[in-house]
Amino acid sequence: MSEPLIYELGGPGHQGAELPPLDVPDAEEAAGGELPGLPEGLLRKSPPLLPEVTEPEVVRHYTRLSEMNYAIDNGFYPLGSCTMKYNPKRNDAMAALPGFRDLHPLTPEAGAQGALELMARLEAALAEITGMARFSLQPVAGAQGEFTGLSIVRAYHESRGEERTRVIVPDSAHGTNPASAAMAGYQVVEVRSDARGGIDVEDLDRVLGPDVAALMLTNPNTLGLFDERTLEIARRVHEAGALLYYDGANLNAILGLARPGDMGFDIVHLNLHKTFSGPHGGGGPGSGPVGVAAGLERFLPRPLVVKEGDRYRLEWGDPDGLDRPAPESVGKVQAFWGNFAVAVRAYAYVLTLGAEGLRRVAETSVLNANYLMRRLARTFELPYDRPCMHEFVLSGERLKKETGVRVLDVAKRLLDYGLHPGSVYFPLIVEEALMIEPTETESLATLDAYAEALEAIAREAREEPQKLREAPFTTPVRRLDEVAAARRPVLRWSPAGERRA
Amino acid sequence: MRVPEDLRYSREHEWVRLEGDGKARVGITDYAQSELGDVVYVELPEVGRHLEAGEALGVVESVKSVSDVYSPLSGRVLEVNGALAESPEKVNQDPYGEGWMIRLEPDDPAEAEKLLDAAGYRALVEAEGGS
Repeated sequence: MSEPLIYELGGPGHQGAELPPLDVPDAEEAAGGELPGLPEGLLRKSPPLLPEVTEPEVVRHYTRLSEMNYAIDNGFYPLGSCTMKYNPKRNDAMAALPGFRDLHPLTPEAGAQGALELMARLEAALAEITGMARFSLQPVAGAQGEFTGLSIVRAYHESRGEERTRVIVPDSAHGTNPASAAMAGYQVVEVRSDARGGIDVEDLDRVLGPDVAALMLTNPNTLGLFDERTLEIARRVHEAGALLYYDGANLNAILGLARPGDMGFDIVHLNLHKTFSGPHGGGGPGSGPVGVAAGLERFLPRPLVVKEGDRYRLEWGDPDGLDRPAPESVGKVQAFWGNFAVAVRAYAYVLTLGAEGLRRVAETSVLNANYLMRRLARTFELPYDRPCMHEFVLSGERLKKETGVRVLDVAKRLLDYGLHPGSVYFPLIVEEALMIEPTETESLATLDAYAEALEAIAREAREEPQKLREAPFTTPVRRLDEVAAARRPVLRWSPAGERRA
Repeated sequence: MRVPEDLRYSREHEWVRLEGDGKARVGITDYAQSELGDVVYVELPEVGRHLEAGEALGVVESVKSVSDVYSPLSGRVLEVNGALAESPEKVNQDPYGEGWMIRLEPDDPAEAEKLLDAAGYRALVEAEGGS
């Protein structure tokens, strides 16, 4: 590393902090020098080894780190399936309004009417965009949304006295889908993709049965392809008594054009930090609201925000109004009300663009992806050769056979061109996969520059393959040893001299 | 790509060696390890467990992906290759030797006849686009 850890900077006695005077009673002093309520065995005998650094040492350290960072604010970031679109600064300004920013989460309803109104209005907007009945804003990530959705699946089947044990996931799915299903206690069954990249309906018939609780589907899927047989799939899943789950990771492609609710999906999760322009990718935090079709509202996490007259209140779902949790709700899935500041950003985004603007987001993201796909298909292979949605998957299989250069090497070399690679080796059903999602916020010039860089790298692969295998050359750290990192991870820093293997 | 003549192969890229004592040794093929890339972790079943043919016997994790490994035969697990816990790279270096995964007591050794022979497996890999 060219930049030391903060623990390795400074030295004994270096100080930067100026703490304000204590404005509450000193508990230790009041108890006569002892900390009340803490068991003796849990008290440390020596002070912790905290960094000792001056203010300039701290500021320079973090400034240097920030200069090494690559982010959507300093470059194109077409990481497939992550929807790394530009995050408008207007949204940050809205989230920083003192009335939102300084509100304590336990403020009584009467003092939080504006925040509750925003939550209710955002929920209504998400319901309209997706065609669902109601949303919970509690989950704070896509994967937590999935887990919440699958908990609703379980609650639904239990309410009908049915015990179903399996969840079907396509072989092109995000890894979080089988992981969430397993976390929710389900056995995961894989369904194959057909030659056009959609779900193989015959294989679906093979795995569907009375023990299937749900099918999880991302549409468009991780190949960037819209499943042309979605309605047929929905019919078959429902005939088997199972629910259809929509992973909203790729909603960007169909905003304002098509709605999961109209396609027959029962439960959806969205990623406000992707589709609705919240910052993410180390910059988080996320927000993964879960929506349900009519008839499933009673299973949603509580509380929900309801409007009565011109007032908003938190509704815990108890019919007697005694604020007891709804008996069929899956319960609370997050402390307080979810990542509220991300909800503010998403609502600002929806209001800024409006219905027409959101539709243009989808259309432009699809146009950008198709333009880049057609141009790059001259250099790489296109395993599923049909119009894509908002992202596409290339294969570097031929390049690897002809030059020995892997798509990993291509991705590393892109860093030398100052560009962020797409996702590599995903989805798993494409050999040497390179998945690119340009998003709607990029110009034609940016797309062309990216294509030119990839074309130049493909030429280098034929002329100087060894160079590519050693790339990158210009980054703060060179090729990382991923194998050693996985086999012998060093997860804990120790002072020099005390380092253990 | 090495495909030893004396082994049997599954369509999921596992190999079986029937040993003189009627027991069977199982691992993944040279093609499988090259497709996976550097193996960083191998999870193996408990000794004594009974596996059905086609049932997942464990998991192999590489820098690229995590995949199930399926038992090519039905039988009881007699032994697992504990050395893979410390040195998963043996799967890459010597897939048919030190990189073996489990030893099985097959329910029916004749079940191996249903698996592919070396020529059949080579054809399968070629059909999948391997070389």
